[in-house]
Amino acid sequence: MRWRTVWRKLVNYTMFSLTGVCALVTVGVLFFILGYLVWHGGSSLSWAFLTHLPTPVGEPGGGMANAIVGSGKLLLLASAFGIPVGFLGGVYLAEFGGRMFSFVVRYTADLLNGVPSIVMGIFAYTVVVLPMKHFSTFAGSVALGVMMIPIAVRSTEEALRTVPLMLREGALALGASKWKTIATVVVPAARKAIITGIVLDVARVAGETAPLLFTAFSNRFWSPGWNQPTASLPVMVYTYAISPYDDWHRQAWAAGLVLLTLVLVANVVARVSVSGRSAHL
Amino acid sequence: MAADDVKLRVSGLDFYYGPKQSLFDVSLQVLTNRITALIGPSGCGKSTFLRTLNRMYETLPHARAEGEILFDNEDLLAMDPVALRRRVGMVFQRPNPFPKSIYDNIAYGLRVNGTHRGAALHERVEKSLRRAALWDEVKDQLHKSAYALSGGQQQRLCIARALAVDPEVLLLDEPCSALDPIATAKIEELLFSLQDQCTLIIVTHNMQQAARVADFTGFFLLGKLIEFNKTEVIFKTPAKKETEDYITGRFG
Repeated sequence: MRWRTVWRKLVNYTMFSLTGVCALVTVGVLFFILGYLVWHGGSSLSWAFLTHLPTPVGEPGGGMANAIVGSGKLLLLASAFGIPVGFLGGVYLAEFGGRMFSFVVRYTADLLNGVPSIVMGIFAYTVVVLPMKHFSTFAGSVALGVMMIPIAVRSTEEALRTVPLMLREGALALGASKWKTIATVVVPAARKAIITGIVLDVARVAGETAPLLFTAFSNRFWSPGWNQPTASLPVMVYTYAISPYDDWHRQAWAAGLVLLTLVLVANVVARVSVSGRSAHL
Repeated sequence: MAADDVKLRVSGLDFYYGPKQSLFDVSLQVLTNRITALIGPSGCGKSTFLRTLNRMYETLPHARAEGEILFDNEDLLAMDPVALRRRVGMVFQRPNPFPKSIYDNIAYGLRVNGTHRGAALHERVEKSLRRAALWDEVKDQLHKSAYALSGGQQQRLCIARALAVDPEVLLLDEPCSALDPIATAKIEELLFSLQDQCTLIIVTHNMQQAARVADFTGFFLLGKLIEFNKTEVIFKTPAKKETEDYITGRFG
């Protein structure tokens, strides 16, 4: 009987250690990446980096201001049509869906979510770049926007489902129509979760590189308006990292650091804000 | 007593959830400005019946009602449900204030109907809170969240919210079951004071409550209305054996 006890304890301890180590590895990877970026990119990060345009190779200084602005513009336009479509689609699924149709929509959204981002890029290339005959911010936004839709649909639907039935019934019982109930009670009750979902959606898409490679392409200068190719942080990282110039490598690290910082901050803020008050009694 | 008006006349009401029938040939008359209580054991159909009166069952895809309900001689089952619910309000078993301020909760029905704005809205909100005996307790904190109130206060808030649109009929589905005895007593007092402006129908698990509060009582069992009469008659001289068994606590 003593052997049994010893064996059991050994197994317990081993599993505890194994699972613990794997959990540590998970956490460790993130901190390792962050640390590496800070170490290599931190020194190149300066006010000049954030506000100047790239300089020709060999000239010192230079920055990625156009890439930062470019990423901003891409995300802004992508959100302008990806978010409303996703949001309203999510509202439909949560509030109106018939069983068969909802199942199909949900399943399709999940499949769309799984489409490789480079395929999205090809899609936008064929549908936007070829007819326009040039690369543009608009094409990049189409690619990113379409990627945002399924995420927004699912996160909106889940946020609305957490609103209890009795709130909906309370509004209906006062003579509100179904649509008014949704707009004035259900959506406001879920607004924190919905906003969090949107922030996470944007953060997720912010780092996508493949779809931009042949839609927004890249640009060494400012890109006014929406019809010209534009620089973006992820593509700049790619371009500079594979270049043969050390100075560019340092800038690639710095760009990676900026990008990662923005995405992490968005994630942390979004998750912290939703852990507060929820819509329940 | 002079002949009272009949506010709601139910004839031969059957109710189905999909293939399953849960109300069988229910007929009764609710008189204006009286309190009518519906009692019966769990699952007997009294809440289902209550919800047919404001057609709340329409949120469920396979629910249907057959038969006739006349509301002031209008066909209730054929009316526009939104218009119906403005005239027939409901208070639910668990308080369900919206996650908004106290003021916005009361004003909700009025804003949704678009009938009152500005000063007229303020007046209505105050009047409803007074009718629900809640004004003095909340008049200085109207902009606080409704969730800051206690359970009993929240339920009175829900009553005030329902009253704000001035319904002709108020349906109460076990309004006190989630409340302590003191809060319950306050609400029962409140019901008496509402009677002259409103017709009240209350579903209750608590027979003593029905005996205290109601003018008329209906006893439901397994989806059928076994007996419906003046409260005194039901409790003192019930005509049916099932009623008597329930009243005396032999089951339920």
